[in-house]
Amino acid sequence: MSKQPLLQIENVETFYGKIQALRGITMDVHEGEIVTLIGANGAGKSTLMMTVCGNPRAASGRIVYDGTDITNMPTHEIMRMDIAQSPEGRRIFPRMTVYENLLMGAAVTDPQYLEEDFEKVFDLFPRLKDRRDQRGGTLSGGEQQMLAIGRALMARPKLLLLDEPSLGLAPLVVKQIFEVIKELNQREGLTVFLVEQNAYHALKLADRGHVIVNGVITMSGTGKELLAREEVRAAYLEGGAH
Amino acid sequence: MSSGGPAPGTDLAQIFKDLVVTFLLAAAIFGTTIAFKTETAIGGLTLETHYGLAAAVVGVVVVGRFILWMTVWRKRTVAVSVVPGGLKQAIVGKLGFLGKYFGPTMLLFALVFPFLPFTDRYLLDLGILILTYIMLGWGLNIVVGLAGLLDLGYVAFYAIGAYSYALLAQYFGLSFWICLPLAGILAAFWGIILGFPVLRLRGDYLAIVTLAFGEIIRVVLLNWYQFTGGPDGISGIPRPTFFGLPFKRGEGNFADFFGLDYSSMHRIIFLYFLILLLALVTNFVTNRLRRLPLGRAWEALREDEIACRSIGLNTTLVKLSAFATGAMFAGFAGSFFATRQGFISPESFTFIESALILAIVVLGGMGSQVGVVIASIAMIGGFEIFREAEQFRMLIFGLAMVVIMVWRPRGLISTREPSIFLVRKKSVSADMVAQGEGH
Repeated sequence: MSKQPLLQIENVETFYGKIQALRGITMDVHEGEIVTLIGANGAGKSTLMMTVCGNPRAASGRIVYDGTDITNMPTHEIMRMDIAQSPEGRRIFPRMTVYENLLMGAAVTDPQYLEEDFEKVFDLFPRLKDRRDQRGGTLSGGEQQMLAIGRALMARPKLLLLDEPSLGLAPLVVKQIFEVIKELNQREGLTVFLVEQNAYHALKLADRGHVIVNGVITMSGTGKELLAREEVRAAYLEGGAH
Repeated sequence: MSSGGPAPGTDLAQIFKDLVVTFLLAAAIFGTTIAFKTETAIGGLTLETHYGLAAAVVGVVVVGRFILWMTVWRKRTVAVSVVPGGLKQAIVGKLGFLGKYFGPTMLLFALVFPFLPFTDRYLLDLGILILTYIMLGWGLNIVVGLAGLLDLGYVAFYAIGAYSYALLAQYFGLSFWICLPLAGILAAFWGIILGFPVLRLRGDYLAIVTLAFGEIIRVVLLNWYQFTGGPDGISGIPRPTFFGLPFKRGEGNFADFFGLDYSSMHRIIFLYFLILLLALVTNFVTNRLRRLPLGRAWEALREDEIACRSIGLNTTLVKLSAFATGAMFAGFAGSFFATRQGFISPESFTFIESALILAIVVLGGMGSQVGVVIASIAMIGGFEIFREAEQFRMLIFGLAMVVIMVWRPRGLISTREPSIFLVRKKSVSADMVAQGEGH
């Protein structure tokens, strides 16, 4: 890990009005890694991810992507730098077809690879191919999540930001989605930054993990290490593995 | 419909109570609106009373409700279902089939309409009016229907277009054909000027600011007397020419050039085809844009703004482009309005116009081009039919709107055609799909 990290977050603080959501977060994501951030509701997981995207903006600290300081860049410019996000709650375009949704993902990408990318996404999620001309809003929750990830992949990212991909999905579907993430990481070398509440699956998948509590990172380590730690088990895995 | 009417059953006491309430409501409404009327007479206003008429109307309402109680609502205890599901599906399928031929048929009808035997000056004028609103509806459809930005001040751009032509013709003597693009550009320019500060806002807030903008433009036009003529308006706006041939009696004019007998209808027919052409251009451009990345970005913006940002779209630019494009078409329509009327004043650009255009878009089904056509014909044509009953026009209009919004909350045409597809188009009714954020 001597190389410069792909994404470097240094001492970032974020406020919503007067409320401080992030209290100096420092972490990094190296190329080819899966890094996860776990925590309870309102701990600041999504805030950190949104801060990386520049909305809300960090009040202090620095975010560096691939050697470029992106702390104060406009959101749409950040999202054009090989970073793609699958937002929390999926946020697909409900009245547009699956095909149109995917096409929107490539809205600011070189159209040269369009066909190839469609193939790739349909290969990863064959369900989407079956539903290609169906409205996004008529898909099931799991299919919508696949669509959201597929849409993000259409931008040909180097770094994929996933905001709670397991939200509201059946355990079997969650497993399926996490398998795809793993496949993407291993086959394509895609770097993944994963924000999750589903600590068990996330930590099992991730190379490294961080635990965030009230805007502060309290624990860090490899996925396996964290999974074995008593505090983590007690706080996030009570009720046993799913 | 399970709501609306009182609970099923024919309990007499309940019916009586309901009829008393009905009577009181009807008396309150019609007692004030019909029973008293002010008339201008020598020496000031006099009050006229129409107690008989008011009583008759109230009577009709009460008796009507009683009849409903005895017939329709009585049977509700037995059968509640309105339309069987299967039938509804069949109707929707039929409509889809009809929809394929509806557009071309309407276009064909519009093309031959001026030459039909029953078409007189009055119908042709009405046709021009309807087409103007169709064009405005299509223009606003870009902003409201596609991009999902609620614009309550659309008439401001219509006014800018109209005044652009009128003032350019008055001060510089420019012809209609030069002013037409200029009016569009100026309106688009003002769309951008307004858009920059305003488009950070969303939903209701955006609506209020655009409403204010519409009023500001009107008030400026009204008070800038030296430049715009204020409430006197601008008269003597030059009529359009047929590629330089004026529609006048005499040599070197349109009728003479083509060896026709002079008729005042020539100009009206020409105006009709002019607005038809302008409207079709609007439709064509909108349909083309929908298939381009820009148009898809508009629709994506309507569906989910945050998702748009997450895929790297500059939402401000996307919104501005929609606002400017919509404004441009209003500008074209405005300059057409000016040349048709020959006289414009701020009176023509009040809020009620914005509301009417918006109603056309909403009624037609947001984002639907054919819906706008149907809604324009229904609304503008409806206004003409009820011209006799002028006092009750708004009442009928309001009632019709309520009924349609209850029956078809997403507008008459609520399906969205995909802008891109592989083998065949599938139209899925909007009510099967969750609502996007933009609404």
